[in-house]
Amino acid sequence: MTAVPADAGDTLTPTTWRDGKRYAWLLGLLVPTLPFIAYGLVQATDLGVFWYFGPALVFGVFPVLDVIVGTDAKNPPDSVIKWLEQDRYYRWCTYIFLPVQYAGLVFACWLWAGGDLSLLDSIGLALTVGMVSGIAINTAHELGHKRGNLERSLSKVALAQSGYGHFFIEHNRGHHVRVATPEDPASSRLGESFYAFLPRTVLGSLRSSWELEGVRLGRLGKTHWSLQNDILNAWSMTVVLFAVLTIGFGIVVLPYLLAQAVVGFSLLEVVNYLEHYGLLRQRRDDGRYEITRAEHSWNSNNVASNVLLYHLQRHSDHHANPLRRYQALRHVEEAPQLPTGYAGMIVLAYIPALWRRVMDARLLEHYDGDLDRMNIHPRARARVLARYGGDG
Amino acid sequence: MSRHRCPGCDYVYDEAAGHPHEGFPPGTAWSDIPDDWVCPDCGVRDKLDFEPVE
Repeated sequence: MTAVPADAGDTLTPTTWRDGKRYAWLLGLLVPTLPFIAYGLVQATDLGVFWYFGPALVFGVFPVLDVIVGTDAKNPPDSVIKWLEQDRYYRWCTYIFLPVQYAGLVFACWLWAGGDLSLLDSIGLALTVGMVSGIAINTAHELGHKRGNLERSLSKVALAQSGYGHFFIEHNRGHHVRVATPEDPASSRLGESFYAFLPRTVLGSLRSSWELEGVRLGRLGKTHWSLQNDILNAWSMTVVLFAVLTIGFGIVVLPYLLAQAVVGFSLLEVVNYLEHYGLLRQRRDDGRYEITRAEHSWNSNNVASNVLLYHLQRHSDHHANPLRRYQALRHVEEAPQLPTGYAGMIVLAYIPALWRRVMDARLLEHYDGDLDRMNIHPRARARVLARYGGDG
Repeated sequence: MSRHRCPGCDYVYDEAAGHPHEGFPPGTAWSDIPDDWVCPDCGVRDKLDFEPVE
């Protein structure tokens, strides 16, 4: 499928151009509804296995849907971008995610506390809720990049369920600044498995956000232990949320609340893993890194995952233009392309041998085999050079 | 009072307004902003990339 040039035709206007994905974005609301759907399926079939509907959908159904539905590289023409971004309908699609998300969490607590679920059922429900938690970080991501105070506040609310409030700081001020460099904890490197990346990104992002907030608070003449610390403020939302739910439903829900948070942020981190694998911005002569361009993120146009994730997979345009709203994100021809959608790539990332086979080859192709231009994991350098550095 | 614009996202740092959340009170001169300060809106460009606005 070929991309429509961004400047295709001056005659296209909001009245003559129609957004083919306009109503598809409502499908994003499928995710926060998962605990209710799981409950309905269990009720209808009497099969406890449907408590695992969330992970089955993300890791099983969506990888297949991405293959069946295929890709879409069409871009909105430049002439309608401004109009498209101003249309509040798209914003509401993301806002509505939040009340459904928290209704689902309360519903899950009610089920965990009810005593009708076996341990295996409860674990399945925690995994399903964890999928919501993780994909809510994606919703928070869309909201957190905007200038408006309302959207930024809603972003922190969406993060409360996963306890990942520091993401709001680290992602915008840390990850976006250092993306595709060895200094970024959230950019994975050639030769680094997901299991090596996970602790590095979780701990590194935490440390980095704390340092960034310390610098900002230092300019204000404050220490970390201030009411103005945005990280502590965001975390306090999680503490209050979990405390209220534990008091309301009993201590029995607390382990599941903690488990779904870990599942949630681990899902976010596996997505981080596949977004910049091995890509590297070069240093310029003045010692600074070159500006982030489309070629510094992996891109995917698989429709199913894109609709579910508010175009997150059009990641190359997102990093080049972080404030651009999801409905206006573009496919960029120069960007390296993932072989399938995020859902399938996540499954691949869980199996390092398979990941290396597919993605190392893509990366080598992208850089014409020039290892000097790749972000190589220091601990894996000898192994990577031995395997791929045959001619130099 | 001068103004400087981020070439990536058009955010404008106005000395008169400063950026109190970032720790630059109104009236903070552009020259007092550290060179490694990153655009608070897009995070793609830093101070050295900013362009003066007439």
